[in-house]
Amino acid sequence: MTVGLEHFLVVAALLFGIGFYTVVTRKNAVAILMGVEIILNAANLNFVAFSRYAWGGTPAALAGQVIPVFVIMIAAAEAAVGLAIVLAIFSNWRTIDTGVTTSLRD
Amino acid sequence: MHPTAELTHTTQFSLLWLIPVLPLIGAAINGMFGKKLMNRFGKAANHSIAIVLPSISFIITVVAFIKMMGLDEHARVLSQNLFPFLHVGLLDADLAFWFDPLSGTLTLVVTGIGTLIHVYSMGYMADDKSYPRFFAYLNLFMASMLTLVLGDNLLVMFIGWEGVGLCSYLLISFWFTENANAVAGNKAFIVNRVGDFGFIMGMALLFWGMMGGYAGSLGTGTDSYEAGYWKAPADHQTAHISNIEADELCKQYGGCTGAMKTTAGRTLAERFNAPRQAPPTSLRFDAIRARIGADQEAWAEDSINTKTFMGVPLIVLVCIFLFIGATGKSAQIPLFVWLPDAMAGPTPVSALIHAATMVTAGVYMVARCNFLFSISPTAMTVVALVGAATALFAATIGLFQYDIKKVLAYSTVSQLGYMFIGVGVGAYWAGSYHLLNHAIFKALLFLGSGSVILGCHHNQDMRKMGGLKKYMPLTHWTYFAGCIAITTAPVFFLANGFFSKDEILWKAFSANHLLVPGWTIWLLGFVGAGLTSFYMWRSYYMTFTGEYRGEARGHGHGDDHADAHADSHGHHGGEPHESPRSMTWVLVALAALIIPTGILGMWPLVFHNEPLFEQLLHPVMGAATASLDWMHSVTAEGILAGASVVLALGSWFFARAMYKDAKSEVPARLLANKSAWVRIPHKIIYNKYFVDELYDWAVVRRARQLSRILFWFDQKIIDGLVNFTGFLGRMVSAIDGLIDSLIVDGMVNGVAQIFAALGNQVRKLQTGRIQTYLAGAIVGALLLVLVNFALFFE
Repeated sequence: MTVGLEHFLVVAALLFGIGFYTVVTRKNAVAILMGVEIILNAANLNFVAFSRYAWGGTPAALAGQVIPVFVIMIAAAEAAVGLAIVLAIFSNWRTIDTGVTTSLRD
Repeated sequence: MHPTAELTHTTQFSLLWLIPVLPLIGAAINGMFGKKLMNRFGKAANHSIAIVLPSISFIITVVAFIKMMGLDEHARVLSQNLFPFLHVGLLDADLAFWFDPLSGTLTLVVTGIGTLIHVYSMGYMADDKSYPRFFAYLNLFMASMLTLVLGDNLLVMFIGWEGVGLCSYLLISFWFTENANAVAGNKAFIVNRVGDFGFIMGMALLFWGMMGGYAGSLGTGTDSYEAGYWKAPADHQTAHISNIEADELCKQYGGCTGAMKTTAGRTLAERFNAPRQAPPTSLRFDAIRARIGADQEAWAEDSINTKTFMGVPLIVLVCIFLFIGATGKSAQIPLFVWLPDAMAGPTPVSALIHAATMVTAGVYMVARCNFLFSISPTAMTVVALVGAATALFAATIGLFQYDIKKVLAYSTVSQLGYMFIGVGVGAYWAGSYHLLNHAIFKALLFLGSGSVILGCHHNQDMRKMGGLKKYMPLTHWTYFAGCIAITTAPVFFLANGFFSKDEILWKAFSANHLLVPGWTIWLLGFVGAGLTSFYMWRSYYMTFTGEYRGEARGHGHGDDHADAHADSHGHHGGEPHESPRSMTWVLVALAALIIPTGILGMWPLVFHNEPLFEQLLHPVMGAATASLDWMHSVTAEGILAGASVVLALGSWFFARAMYKDAKSEVPARLLANKSAWVRIPHKIIYNKYFVDELYDWAVVRRARQLSRILFWFDQKIIDGLVNFTGFLGRMVSAIDGLIDSLIVDGMVNGVAQIFAALGNQVRKLQTGRIQTYLAGAIVGALLLVLVNFALFFE
């Protein structure tokens, strides 16, 4: 079997689904952040796959290489900020269970 | 010969209207301001107005009478037309007055005797607290009676007819605080009204009948009006309408030439040169008379003389209905029951209304319509028979009464019966003459009895009187004169009643044109005359001779009298006393009138000419009387007159023997007699043949039952329906309420609940958990992509 573009896309979609599922389902705030990472990485995988298979070694393909670098960078920054928020939540609620921090509900 | 006579024209007399209107003004003044006038100026103010105004009417009447007598016999009428009163469709009636010998005589009677009675009332009602009201009513009565007498057509007469009925009611129940008086007034009015119904029916039938000639279609053809009365007649047939009508129609159609105005032999085609329209029908007496005369010429196809209504000749119906009106007003069988009860009113009222004037209205009406009655033997027989029966019937009742006013009341009913015999058999002048005489002597007798009653301190029972001739000499002699007048004993000239009653009875005997032989009517009247003499002299002897049997009341009697009647005149003892001069002078005046009226009927009989009174009334009714069939026999007349005298004198002496000085035992013994032959007739007659009880059972109780039935109907059924409607309303509103609270409110609440439920569900979206919101956003985005992909992918 030759590995084609669609295989990478399917894997990226699956990863997106897993990450989505993690975000939606997990109660632990850190786990939710992990899920967000997974989603971002799924998008990265999409970029790279298109870069290799849609444009080959052309100069346009470089976009598909560079964007994931930015995304990783942003992900890292975002994770830092997110964890800072989690820390702040923890100092208020003494827990990071999202089932407890529901004061927006009312 | 037909029962009409041509009148050529009338003369205008512009003061005629004052005769009825002046008393009307007096009534208005006393009615509206009487109390105030009395308080300010005393009673003199009231009676001055009430006496002066009718006396002015009397003076005008005398002037008119003299003027009228100066006219030619064929034009002996004064008239005045005030204004058109009722011009509707084919009916023409004007408010107009007609002063001919008959109405002139009656107007003199009404104004003259009326004024005298007003003067009498000054004394009689002196202590009554409703003094102004009495004079107001009395004047109103005079105004109505004068309207009745002076009216020139049936409608104006009917206005007066009803007016006098009203005044009779007002005056009978003058002291209405006593229930019996109010009931008597009611009785009079209601019985009178029954008669009025007859009068109206008669008028209506007459009006219908007179349109016969032109009540057909107004086009051309054999049944049109042109073929009827107003047709241009054949060569030698001439039309007769009254010349007065002809003059008026000429004026209406723009004039006729002089040649057309000749009287006899004119043809209509010559008279009128304008297109013919159906002329209006007038209920004027003159017009009816002319119409009957014309129809007697028998060329009008649908003449009033031959018309029938449901198989009965119209004239008979008209006359009988009019006569029913007369029985109500003039108290004949069957409608006489109100007159004895009417004695509950003050005595001047009894004298004026129920003796002299109102009750004679029926006789006057029949005399006025002499031309109508003369063409119907059936109607005449009915009138004469009812009159004769009433004369005898009432006379028998009068025999046993003890109340002096009741005796006089039944005497009035009886004498009215004689008047109806007179006009019934066709001797119209004799009936009218008896009317005149009766007015005088009955008023005299009533006023005398009033004087007696007042003198005996309001006692009316003759058993408690007696010996009054030494206490009240004037009253005594005038009452004596009145008795002589009524009992027809020809003492010198005093018995004016003799001449009239005798003439009536002779005419009844000699009448060959009735459906019954004349002597039957004569016999009833003859026996009645004997009874009349007896009961009148009985009343005289019981009242005036012997010893006074009344209670001697030693104390003044202000304390033991209900204030319902006039109170004491300051009596000091219980003894009877003569009345004040205002009353006794009137008695003397009336007694003095007996002689002249007696002469009127007697002169110049000695020369075998017509009496003066008959000549006076000849223009009005001579032709009607002459058109009938009479027996002529001087010897028979003489024998009958002699028999009357013998009977009258015999009854007088019999009464004298029984009652003078109360010496005889016979009356007391007869009353105590146990034999059934004596007791039962006495009981029946003393109780007035139980007629009142019969009417009470047959009419009054049935009316009350009907009223109870209708009341039940009203309460149960009508009110039931109304209540049911209310109940339905409540039911409907209850249902509406339920609908409103259950369904409508339910819907409104339901809508709210839907939104609440919706909200409850939608609220679950807001979890407060960010993850949920994130999930929603991403799923939404995915859906958008998919939808976009599905819709726009090629």
